[in-house]
Amino acid sequence: MKNGSMEELASDPSSRKRFLKMMGGAGAASAFAVFLAACGDDDDEASPSGNAMADQKDRAAAGRDLQIVQYALTLEHLETDFYNAVIDSGVVKNMKLADTAKLIRDAEQAHVDTLTGVVKDLGGTPTRPKTTFDSVLEGGEMMVLETAAAVENLGAAAYLGQAGRIQSKELLAAALSIHSVEARHAAALNQVVGKSIVPDGAFAKPASMDEVLPQVKPFLA
Amino acid sequence: MSREKLAVPELAAIDVKGLTRQSFIARGALTAGAVYGLGTVGPFVRQAIAQEGGGDVEIVNFALTLEYLEAAFYQQALSRVSGLSADARELATTIRENEDVHVKALRATVEQLGGKPVKAPPVDFGSAFSSPQSFLKLAQTFEDTGVSAYNGAAPAIKSKEVLGAAGSIVQVEARHAAAIRALNGEQPAEGAFDPALGTQEVLEAVQPFIKA
Repeated sequence: MKNGSMEELASDPSSRKRFLKMMGGAGAASAFAVFLAACGDDDDEASPSGNAMADQKDRAAAGRDLQIVQYALTLEHLETDFYNAVIDSGVVKNMKLADTAKLIRDAEQAHVDTLTGVVKDLGGTPTRPKTTFDSVLEGGEMMVLETAAAVENLGAAAYLGQAGRIQSKELLAAALSIHSVEARHAAALNQVVGKSIVPDGAFAKPASMDEVLPQVKPFLA
Repeated sequence: MSREKLAVPELAAIDVKGLTRQSFIARGALTAGAVYGLGTVGPFVRQAIAQEGGGDVEIVNFALTLEYLEAAFYQQALSRVSGLSADARELATTIRENEDVHVKALRATVEQLGGKPVKAPPVDFGSAFSSPQSFLKLAQTFEDTGVSAYNGAAPAIKSKEVLGAAGSIVQVEARHAAAIRALNGEQPAEGAFDPALGTQEVLEAVQPFIKA
């Protein structure tokens, strides 16, 4: 899928639904419909499947999916804010690196836009954390680059940590398409700061929410 | 074995003998820890894997085929490409080591799922090794295609453990891709979202390099 159309998807709800369907296939799309039907109604009507326990499980899983998307959105906001702060400060003097920062920022913004739409589609109110990077910027160019590398590696690990918890196949496909891009960013920045492109070796390690959130706490205002 | 039951019928073109239809785990505990770094899985998961082993076996064998291809590609490159820069040589060595580990792990996973791992296909990379540039160009294609192949196949994986392994591997392939792209003077990613490719598309892309 061309990158340009992703930006369109971010702003057009019906395109987004089509995107999510395309990513995951027909079976997953109907699971989505079941979820939307279940969540939109407080009445005790007969469920489509006639099985209260299955509906409860579906609802719980859909709730978890929403929580996961909000979590991803929080991390993407963090990344976008970070790169915007870096670009605005002009602390990265190297032209090529400054260009890379802009391209990564554009990608993270696209992630924010898409995930914001997904949260709304799932019936949630998109999170929007307040962020702060003053201490990082004050540390100078190398500190900024090392932080960028750390954040991208953490983001990749965070997505990997959620892959097995996502219920919706479309959402999983979308998460994977973002996960691998974060990994690319991580490797590129690791090279810039002299770290291994594969710090965990042949198998990347996942990080749980409990492991990730303390590491991003310093950047949440 | 009936072809229409195969989740990935195209695999038959690569190695018919390797696939089995066992639907139970012949061996003991699935040592997911060896592949994914988690603790031993519980009995429910083992049973779930046993019931659903068919589809996952085919998907893992598909991934294994790609890993064999890449492992052979880098191994051959290291001995055949002259004029490789130190950076390119170091990267190719790292990637080759990672792919060898992936091959071993995916073979073990197929066996743990009660299936038979496909064999390494005979390969021919044509004139790819005639220069560092042609090698790195094809390397970029392989790595990018590998990422899209895993992203395309992963949502169909039934076992959470196998999905975790696939995710763990695709992240490393994406890291490889970024590093190769850096050597090619390219940006690490083509856009904000990596595309997913279907099995058929991937097999068509790699078919030229697999000797009939």
